[in-house]
Amino acid sequence: MMDRRVLLKAGACAAVATIGFPRFLVRAAAAAPARRKILVAIFQRGAVDGLAMVAPHGDRAYAGARPGIALQAPKQGDAERAVDLDGFFALHPALMPLAPLWTSRTLAVVHACGSHDVTRSHFDAQDYMETGTPGVKSTADGWLARAVTALPQRRSPFRAVALAPTLPRSLRGDAGAIAMPSIERFDVRAVGTSTARQGFESLYEQGVQDLLHGTGRETFEAVRMLKQANAGRITTANGADYPRGRLGDALRQIAQLIRADVGLEVACADTDGWDTHVGQGAEQGQLANRLRDLGTAIAAFTRDMGDRMSDVVVLTMSEFGRTVAENGSRGTDHGHATAMLVLGGSVKGGRVYGRWPGLNREQLFEGRDLAVTTDFRALFGEVAGRHLGIAEPAKLFPGWKEASPATLGLFA
Amino acid sequence: MRRASAAALVAIVLAVAPAAARAADDERAVRHLLSRATYGARPADVARVRQMGAAAWLERQLDPARLDDTVADAALRDLPTLHLSIAELLRDYPRPDPKARDQVKNGEKHLTVMDGQGALSRREMAERYPLDKRPPRIVAELQAARAVRAVASKRQLYEVMVDFWFNHFNVFAPKGSVPWYVTDYERTVIRRHALGTFPDLVRASARHPAMLFYLDNWLSARDGFVIPMGPNAGRMGGLNENYARELMELHTLGVDGGYTQQDVREVARAFTGWSIERPQQLGHFVFRARMHDDGAKVVLGTRIAPWGGQHDGERVIELLVRHPSTARFIATKLVRRFVSDTPPPALVDRVAGVYRDTGGDIKSMLRAIFSSPEFAAPEHDRVKIKKPMEFVASAVRALDGTLDARGGLTLARASAEIGETLYGAPPPTGWPDRAESWVSAGTLLSRMNFAVALASGRVSGVRADVAALTAGAAGREPRVVLDHLLRALLHDRASDDTRRVLTAQLTEPQITRLSPDDRGPARTDVEKLAALVLGSPEFQRR
Repeated sequence: MMDRRVLLKAGACAAVATIGFPRFLVRAAAAAPARRKILVAIFQRGAVDGLAMVAPHGDRAYAGARPGIALQAPKQGDAERAVDLDGFFALHPALMPLAPLWTSRTLAVVHACGSHDVTRSHFDAQDYMETGTPGVKSTADGWLARAVTALPQRRSPFRAVALAPTLPRSLRGDAGAIAMPSIERFDVRAVGTSTARQGFESLYEQGVQDLLHGTGRETFEAVRMLKQANAGRITTANGADYPRGRLGDALRQIAQLIRADVGLEVACADTDGWDTHVGQGAEQGQLANRLRDLGTAIAAFTRDMGDRMSDVVVLTMSEFGRTVAENGSRGTDHGHATAMLVLGGSVKGGRVYGRWPGLNREQLFEGRDLAVTTDFRALFGEVAGRHLGIAEPAKLFPGWKEASPATLGLFA
Repeated sequence: MRRASAAALVAIVLAVAPAAARAADDERAVRHLLSRATYGARPADVARVRQMGAAAWLERQLDPARLDDTVADAALRDLPTLHLSIAELLRDYPRPDPKARDQVKNGEKHLTVMDGQGALSRREMAERYPLDKRPPRIVAELQAARAVRAVASKRQLYEVMVDFWFNHFNVFAPKGSVPWYVTDYERTVIRRHALGTFPDLVRASARHPAMLFYLDNWLSARDGFVIPMGPNAGRMGGLNENYARELMELHTLGVDGGYTQQDVREVARAFTGWSIERPQQLGHFVFRARMHDDGAKVVLGTRIAPWGGQHDGERVIELLVRHPSTARFIATKLVRRFVSDTPPPALVDRVAGVYRDTGGDIKSMLRAIFSSPEFAAPEHDRVKIKKPMEFVASAVRALDGTLDARGGLTLARASAEIGETLYGAPPPTGWPDRAESWVSAGTLLSRMNFAVALASGRVSGVRADVAALTAGAAGREPRVVLDHLLRALLHDRASDDTRRVLTAQLTEPQITRLSPDDRGPARTDVEKLAALVLGSPEFQRR
C-alpha cells in the first residue's frame, strides 16, 4: 500500500516545481515531509534516584537527609562536584557529558515527576508507566504503541523498534513494533551456500493470525528492508564515541536506523542497575558509574545525530524515585517521584520544569518520599503532542481524568 | 435375521470406534502431558508412557530420587564446582584483586598489573589466578549443568520444577558475592525442596546467603546501629526494605495480597540481623543479635512481641506461608506454568485449596493440576510458548540428541542468545512465563538460527543425528522423509499450512539434491528440512 500522505505532499511539490522555484528550494521542500519526527525513549529500570541525577542542593533539607550520599554543593571550577544548573538544582558530575546540551538549551529536566499511584513495586510501576494507565493492570497495549497507531499510517516495519531482545510493554499492541537485539545479527544465518530464510519466511507467512505468525511476518519484512537499506554499514558520524555496553550499543544502532531512513518514528532502549539499595555512592561510586554510562551514551547519540537532532527527542523515564533519606546501607529504598530528562527537537532546554514540592518532612509523600507534582502522563503527552504531532495526546492515556492537563511548556 | 446381524454390526462398530477414539485421545493426552511436564518428548517417549500409563509415569516423575540418572550424572562429572561448598569455592576460585581486575579490564598496564604488593606480570597473574579457577567459571559450570540436565536427565518434571522455583526465588548470579553462593543455593534450597513443600522453600531461601546478599538483607539493621568493625566501622547502619518487600510481593502474598508499606517496614524490622558470616571467606547464615531491632512489630495485623530475636523473622515466614493470599498466588503461578497464560480461575481455586489442605505440598498441587479437566481440555493444547531454554532442550530431545558438559554450555549460550540467560535475570521476578515476553522479531530469528545450527550438526558438544530420524524412509524419497520428520518432531501435529509450505519446499533444488552422478534417486536435504520444522511456529509451542 502506497503512503497516501507522502503521495499528496510529493504531488504538491511537483506542482510547485513547475512554476519555477529554484531547484534547491524545491529539493528542500520535498525532503521535509519525508523527515519524520522521532522519539527515543530510554527506560531506566530499577527506579533511578532523581535526587542524585539532578540534585536539589538549594533545598535546605537535602544534605541533612543524606549524610553519606548527598552531593556536595557545586563550586565554580571544581569539576569533581555537581554542575550547577540554576542555583537550586545541580547535575550529577557523572552527567558532565550532558552539560553542554544544557548550556545550548537542548536539554531540559522535569523534576518531581512520576505516577500518583502509590505502588512501590518495580514491576507494577513499570507496567503502569509503560501502559500509561496507573493502577490498571488489564491494559493490553503500551502507550508508545498507541502513539504510533495515532500517527498517520505509514508503511514501514521499522516505525517502532526496541533495541532489545524482547519487546517492552510500552510497544506491545497494534503498532507492529519489532524488537531486535542487534542490527548485525538480524537475519537467518546461511549454512554453506544455502540459506533457509525463504523456507522460514513461507512458514510464518501462511497460517492463522496469532502472535507467532504475526511476529514472523513483521520479522521477515524488516529483514528485507534492512538488507536494502544496508543499515549495518552506516558508521557513526561526527566522531561520536559510544560507551561499551547495552545502552551505548542500543543508541548507536538507533542512530544507524535513523540515518538509514527506514521509517523509524519511535525507538526504545533500556538501561538497568538503578536499584541502588546498597552503597549507591555520591560523586563517585555505583550510581555515578551508571549515570556516566547514561550521560556518555546520550551525549554520543546527540553528537552522532548532529543537525538531525532537530527531528529527534530523547526522553528518559523510570518507574519511581527513591527515598529522600538514605537507608541503613548507604543506599536508598523505593520512593515516589523522580527526575526525567528531555532533549532535542524544539525542546526549550536549559530549564528545570515542574513545581518543586520541597523536602521538608511535612512536604514529603507519606512522610518519606519526594511528592509527585507532574504526572508522568502530562510529560509523555506533551512530547507526543508537541513533538510527534499527535492531535489529542490525552487520549493515549485511557481513563486519565485530567481533561485538559496544564502544559509544562516544554516546546518552542 | 438380517435385522439382527445389522444390529450386531452396529454394536461392533460402536465398540470399535470408541476404542480407536480412546486410543487417539490417549495419545493426545500423553503427548500433552509430556510437552508440559518435561523439556520435550524424545522420539520413544510417547509410546513408552502410553504403555506404562500416564498416571504411573507421573508418580515415578514425582519420586525423582528413585529414577536412575547415570547418563546425566556422567556428563556432569566434568563440572567440578557443582558439589563444592561456598567456603571451598571462595578458597579455590578467589576473586582477583579488584585493582588488578580493573586495570586488566580498562586495558591499562598492558604487561603488568598491581596486586596490592606490587606489579604482577601477566604470567604471574595467570599463575596466581589460573583461568579455570576464576570466579566466572563457577556460574558457567552451573549453566552447563542446567542445560545438561534439561536435555539428558530422566528426572524431567523435577528439572522443570527446579527451573520454576529458581525463577520464583530468583537471584541474579553476577551481583556481588552471589557467584560463590549460587551453586549452593540451587543445590541446598531449590533442588532440595523442589518437590517438597512451599513453606520449606521460603524458610530455606530466607536464610541462604545468596538471597540475603541479592536482596540486601544481610546489611539491614535496626535504626541507630553503629557498624562495629570492617571498612565501614563507626558508620551508622539501618533498615533496608528490599528483601521484606520482595518476600511479600514476589515470594508469598503477591503484589495484591493485602500488605501495606507499613507492613514492609515491620517485616524489614523483623529480619534485621539475618546476615552472612564472613561473606568472602565462609559465607554462611548468621543471626547478629546486635543488628536486630528488638521492639514489638505488627505484621498484617498480628503483633509480634518484643525481644524475639531471630524468631521474629521465622514468625513472619509462618504468617506469610499460611496466608490465603500465598496459597492463591502460588496456585496461580503453577497453573500458569502448566495450563495456560490465562489461568482458569476454578482450577486456581482448587489448587489453592490443596495448598491450604496440605500445607503447601508441591506434589499434591501438581497432581491436582495434571488430573484436572482444565489441564486436559483441548483449548489448552499447545497454547504455551516454549521459553528459550525449553525450546533449545526440546529441539535436542526431539532429535534424540546426546551431549557432554561442553554441549551444556553451548546450549546455555544458545538460550541466552534467544533471550534467557540462565541465572542471569536481573530483577527478582526471574524470567517471565508468558508468551508475549518471548515472541519478538530478534528472538524468533535466533530460534531459527539455532534450529539450522542444530540440524546441521554444528552445535559443539551436542550429537544429534537427523538422518537417524528418517532411517526408515526408503530411498529418502522427499515426501516420505517429510512424513517421517513431521511425525518425529511434531507428532503429526503440523498445520495444513505448514505441511503445504514444507511440501512445496521439497521441489526446491536446494532441498532435493540429485546424487552426484545424476542417475540415482534424488536425495533430500534432510538437515535443512529438519531445521525448518524445528524453527516452525508449531515447534515453538508446547
